[in-house]
Amino acid sequence: MNSAIDHLLADAPAQLLPARELMAFTLASHILLVPFGVALPAITLLMHYRGLRKGDAVALLLARRWSAVMAVQFAIGIVTGTVLSFELGLLWPGMMGRWGDVFGLGFGVEAWAFFLEAILIALYLYGWRRLRPWTHFWLGLPLPLAALMGAFGIVAANSWMNTPRGFTLDASGSPVDVDVRRAIFTPMFGPEYWHFVTGVVLTAGYVVAGVYAVGWLRGRRDRYHRLGFTVPFSVAAILTPVQFVLGDSIARSVFHEQPVKFAATEIVWKTDTHVPEYVFGRLHPDGTISGGIRIPQLDSILAGFSPDTKVTGLSSVPAGDRPTATQATIAHWAFDIMVTIGSLLVLLALWYGWCWLRRRDLPRSPWFFRCAAVAGGACLLTVECGWITTEVGRQPWIVYQNMRVAEAVTDTRASTLWTMLGIVVVLYVLVFAAFLTVLRRMSARWRLADESAPTAAGTADAAAAGDVEGDTPYGPRPLSPTGGGDGGPA
Amino acid sequence: MTEDVVAWVLLAVVAAYACAGGTDYGAGFWDLLAGGTERGKRPRWLIDHAMAPVWETNNVWLIFILVIMWTGFPVLFQTVFTAMWLPLALAAVGLVLRGAGFALRKPTQRLAGRRVYGAAFAVSSLLTPFFLGAAVGGLATGRVAPGTKASADAWSNGTSVIAGLLTVAATAFLGAVFLTADARRFDAADLVGYFRLRAWCSLGALAVLAVVGLAVTGDDARYVHDRLTGGIGLTLVLLAVVGALATAGLLYRTATGWARITAVGSVALVVVAWGLAQRPYLIPTSLTVSEAAGATTTLRWLLLVTAIAVVLVGPPLVLLYRLDTAGALQPLAEADLRRTAAGREPENT
Repeated sequence: MNSAIDHLLADAPAQLLPARELMAFTLASHILLVPFGVALPAITLLMHYRGLRKGDAVALLLARRWSAVMAVQFAIGIVTGTVLSFELGLLWPGMMGRWGDVFGLGFGVEAWAFFLEAILIALYLYGWRRLRPWTHFWLGLPLPLAALMGAFGIVAANSWMNTPRGFTLDASGSPVDVDVRRAIFTPMFGPEYWHFVTGVVLTAGYVVAGVYAVGWLRGRRDRYHRLGFTVPFSVAAILTPVQFVLGDSIARSVFHEQPVKFAATEIVWKTDTHVPEYVFGRLHPDGTISGGIRIPQLDSILAGFSPDTKVTGLSSVPAGDRPTATQATIAHWAFDIMVTIGSLLVLLALWYGWCWLRRRDLPRSPWFFRCAAVAGGACLLTVECGWITTEVGRQPWIVYQNMRVAEAVTDTRASTLWTMLGIVVVLYVLVFAAFLTVLRRMSARWRLADESAPTAAGTADAAAAGDVEGDTPYGPRPLSPTGGGDGGPA
Repeated sequence: MTEDVVAWVLLAVVAAYACAGGTDYGAGFWDLLAGGTERGKRPRWLIDHAMAPVWETNNVWLIFILVIMWTGFPVLFQTVFTAMWLPLALAAVGLVLRGAGFALRKPTQRLAGRRVYGAAFAVSSLLTPFFLGAAVGGLATGRVAPGTKASADAWSNGTSVIAGLLTVAATAFLGAVFLTADARRFDAADLVGYFRLRAWCSLGALAVLAVVGLAVTGDDARYVHDRLTGGIGLTLVLLAVVGALATAGLLYRTATGWARITAVGSVALVVVAWGLAQRPYLIPTSLTVSEAAGATTTLRWLLLVTAIAVVLVGPPLVLLYRLDTAGALQPLAEADLRRTAAGREPENT
């Protein structure tokens, strides 16, 4: 068995590893921005609505500040996303050349949705000053829909790679008789889509709320921080139990549709009933498992609600058609970390819900806010873990059971790819560090301005002195050359 | 039949990217040449303000090109990205530097930081279009065919270099024309003359490069050369020349609104002329449109998705450009992000 794997690794082209690392690194970086690209507009619009509806200046200020953050974040997301579409050709030309017309249409939907998103976000970000307040809000409102449409395209493409459908193979092994609808709505599409959408919205919610939880812990307990915490945290807390159910359901879909991937994420070696569940632990190439907590029968029960459920094991397929022991262990750990964090977040959400139901107030314990402060980071970790589970668990296939990663890879020399990886790592580290620095500077600047303007009169003076353009959004303003008379808050 | 329509859509999207993205790259080109911090302050201010609301939209066209290529013509996509590996990889790196540099420069206040981000943005505004242009030029020479491995020759030959330089000059021309119009829009009278002069200069550079290109491609890219110097191709090229000359004249009379239209028209005509000259090939003379086409059902769906998108995206796009040219889009100023007195009262203690 070992020699079979060694033989396989020896067969793999030298450029496979750097190509994989490059794809993994750029995707792992981009995916950290995805929750904000998809969900930050929605959360901001929620706050915006509150501000307009109740005439709440604090809510409007929060919405404006989140817009300023969104402007930078969206731009970084665009460039890191564009890199990924280039990489589909630069790294995996074999996959796109053979399968592009079968599953590429999802990307087509995504591209147009993304175009719409770019237009709407420009209107929203640059509309604060001169558009009428409600016009501005309504122009922004389709943003979450465009984002959901974009996610539809991307997830359709990814779920097709997991459960490819909608074609037949001719004698030479090329896909013919393409059925686009079947290729988009594959068995894994539904579970993946809802799991993804819920995941990114709650991640964005926890990250944004975490910023204000930190402020709260540092003693900035004013209405601004309360509102900045409550709105995104409530969204995330409501979705957390929903996500728990969706996560459980997608695991069962994987069990039915991709049994070998399920075996990898649960490190099941031999096909059997009464299969135990391992919490963490490590799978060895000979099928033994070391470490971890063994819970008898549980895996069968989770997969089919009965200890008699038969679970397919890794050894049911030849070594060349399944993830290696190391890959299975990686997928298993990623899965377990995701489930652990998800369970802890459910507890946090329940804590919040309990206090809200009983007292209509935030929990008083600083431990709640400490947990809330790290929840965002933990959520980003689960996003990475979920992606690792689905991608590593699918190995060695790029198109499940139809094309190996090694067949899709470019024939560019390994040394070139390693060099490119080095350049890209340096570049991304710089870009992300600069991005975070800019965000921190913005926040520090705002805090400084807030704290140096303690009285209403002082604020007005400071605003007048610093307001180069001469007016503030949605406030009384002098007649503008373009649209005089567009008045105050509605 | 369907594949021909998809090929036309692809050509239209390439033309749109050449015009919209080109204007954007051109603004970055003039940012690069704007001089030191003091001297370049005014032009950079204008470039920043003019570009900011629309640069993301302008660059999304590139994604469509890629998507239509791999969904509609998978073999073309595979061939191009295999043979033109290095220029395309460098273009991707340039895109990251450019977008990140531009986005990060705006909210940065310290001069040192602004300089670094500005330099990243400006230099990559020059390199990215050059590499994209060089890749296109290499395709036109016929050095690439399905199965061709990556090689420097594919994109470092005379035609490629000329095509890259022409692309840069065209972006500079578009950028200067649009910035002249923007200078009028932002009431910056001094910058009208500044960018007008640069538009004329880049037109001169374009003319010189075009003449050199004519000589170089005669041997090097015979197929495309012949079809650009005769028949419908020549007609379109001549129309483009008329458009460019009209732009120069309109700029002289500061009819900047019309100058924008003629400038975009002439660049789009050149792209269309190039596309027509390649017919029936996507890659002369080895890969025709029908050979490269993907499954017919997919192509039909692609057209349907495109049609829906035109209906959905068209109106907001028009709205964006209209609001932008009407001056209704403004970035949030620092003062808008300050807290007013309301809601500042502490809750506990």
